[in-house]
Amino acid sequence: MGPRRAHRLARMPDLSRDDVAHLASLARIDLEPQELDRLVGELDQVLGAVAQVQEAPIEDVEPMSHPMPLVNVTRPDEVRPSLTPEQALAGAPLAEEQRFSVPRILDEE
Amino acid sequence: MTTTRDDAVLGYDEALAQFDPVMGLEVHVELGTATKMFCGCATTFGAEPNTQVCPVCLGLPGALPVVNAKGVESAIRIGLALNCQIADWCRFARKNYFYPDMPKNFQTSQYDEPIAFDGYLDVEIPAESGEGTETYRVEIERAHMEEDTGKSLHVGGSTGRIQGAEFSLVDYNRAGIPLIEIVTKPLVGAGHRAPEVAKAYVSALRDLLRALDVSDVKMEQGSMRCDVNLSLRPKAGEDPTSDAQLAVPMGTRTETKNVNSLRSVEGAVRFEVCRHAAVLTSGGSILQETRHWHEDTGITTSGREKSDAEDYRYFPEPDLVPVAPDAAWVEELRATLPEPPAQRRKRLQGEWGYSDLEMRDVLNAGAVELIEETVAAGATPQAARKWWLGEPARRANTQATDLVTYADQVGLTPSQVAELESMVVAGRLNDKMARQVLEGVLDGEGGPTQVADARGLELVQDDSALEGAVEKVIADNPDIAEKIRGGKVQAAGALIGQVMKEMKGQADAGKAREMILAKLGAA
Ligand SMILES: [Zn+2]
Repeated sequence: MGPRRAHRLARMPDLSRDDVAHLASLARIDLEPQELDRLVGELDQVLGAVAQVQEAPIEDVEPMSHPMPLVNVTRPDEVRPSLTPEQALAGAPLAEEQRFSVPRILDEE
Repeated sequence: MTTTRDDAVLGYDEALAQFDPVMGLEVHVELGTATKMFCGCATTFGAEPNTQVCPVCLGLPGALPVVNAKGVESAIRIGLALNCQIADWCRFARKNYFYPDMPKNFQTSQYDEPIAFDGYLDVEIPAESGEGTETYRVEIERAHMEEDTGKSLHVGGSTGRIQGAEFSLVDYNRAGIPLIEIVTKPLVGAGHRAPEVAKAYVSALRDLLRALDVSDVKMEQGSMRCDVNLSLRPKAGEDPTSDAQLAVPMGTRTETKNVNSLRSVEGAVRFEVCRHAAVLTSGGSILQETRHWHEDTGITTSGREKSDAEDYRYFPEPDLVPVAPDAAWVEELRATLPEPPAQRRKRLQGEWGYSDLEMRDVLNAGAVELIEETVAAGATPQAARKWWLGEPARRANTQATDLVTYADQVGLTPSQVAELESMVVAGRLNDKMARQVLEGVLDGEGGPTQVADARGLELVQDDSALEGAVEKVIADNPDIAEKIRGGKVQAAGALIGQVMKEMKGQADAGKAREMILAKLGAA
């Protein structure tokens, strides 16, 4: 359970069209075939840029997930005012019975 | 997606003749903190929808989470009570998925750096010999901090506001409530007792969490939920703990979700053992998938296959700084741990003077805490045991639930049971009437005093009515009366029965006896 495991990401293999389709489905985004083709190229460029960053000499640098060297920032377990339901639902495209109305996801019962 | 309900199953004994079960249990516990894990919204159960939400738990842009100190403290205490190591440094991680129950599109969880890891919990099951108990050690892989999701209400096309469309209506009051997920290592060596071990573990865990006072652990309200992983492997002899058996590679597992009662935990393991065995013996192979448990029919059905939907792309949560519990603080928390449940049971059995058999019945009924509180409220241990293991235990069993859950549902409290007993001790009720009062309480007619008043159940305190009945019975039975006068005191029993009949049961038999003997000069 060592917290400071230094590891360098392996160079990503080239992004395939299937990879992009998979990511799109995870993000629940519908993409047209021509959009897929375009994004394969664009995302590949992004990955190329990231790969360049990975070439930096980091052997002596500890991995970092937060820019501030802080730990244990907590708050006491005390109730603070919440939003009103009207405020909470103000940005919802659809609401019903004081709840957010969303398209039903069919793969759950 | 298949949802066949007619999966073939093999008989349990037949299945166990050929296979060795391996289990893995994942338990989610909602902490009883006043506020959510990362914001100050209240956590009150049953509040009006979307009244306990804020920009943080709604995932609104720019909102920043801050960790609830009590949540971390509870997580560490749970870890310590499970004999775990506590991480000296760990982080939260984002578990990314797009689903309406999580407005942020990720759940804040922990990934490869759980706050607690490598522990165990010893659980007791009745020994096969029928005497005493056997101990099974459940190895704990990890316990980590995360947050609960919102609750969806599914609305069909006919009731929705837009014709023909199907909607889910989401309430985010629950989103962000602190959860601890406790994951076991593969449980091997339980053999045919696997279902019992699973149930005993969840039950022991519930007792432990209740003793820690970190959660209300109400399975029926979802504050404690269990996922059951199960696989079978070929049997390598009669001893499930033999080296030969442990060396057999594990089979493909299924994960049965949301098994939310002790009885269902046992049932889900048993059902999956029988289903897997039927698939395997007919030459098929087990599909690694999520299955749904059906509480009503006691079976599981296929849910979604484990697929790319499980690709969570975890990464460290950039909005939260690491948690690095100070060693001295951890030791302070260790000092607050309650007595381990097994040790506590031994102590209580001694204090209560229960025989092994009585204690076993109490344990099987899950009545230890109820009896402890009832004794604390003034009842004797024997009276507390008698009342809890009587009608309440019988009804809980009929309703396929456990005693704690049942008592909670009908609102029967330890102090009410103590009150009932005190009414018997005070001579207001006899045993039979007390039973009727208890039934009234279980039927929702109110507390013991209220029920006794409403039903007119009260021993007649006015001695003149009893005296009249005694005189009548003596006059009706001159032969028996003569015997008693002559010193045959045991003959009084026949008269007491008749007096009680005259009094329609509303009298104290002891007092009737005293009075009969006094009148016949045999006292
Ligand atoms: Zn909030």
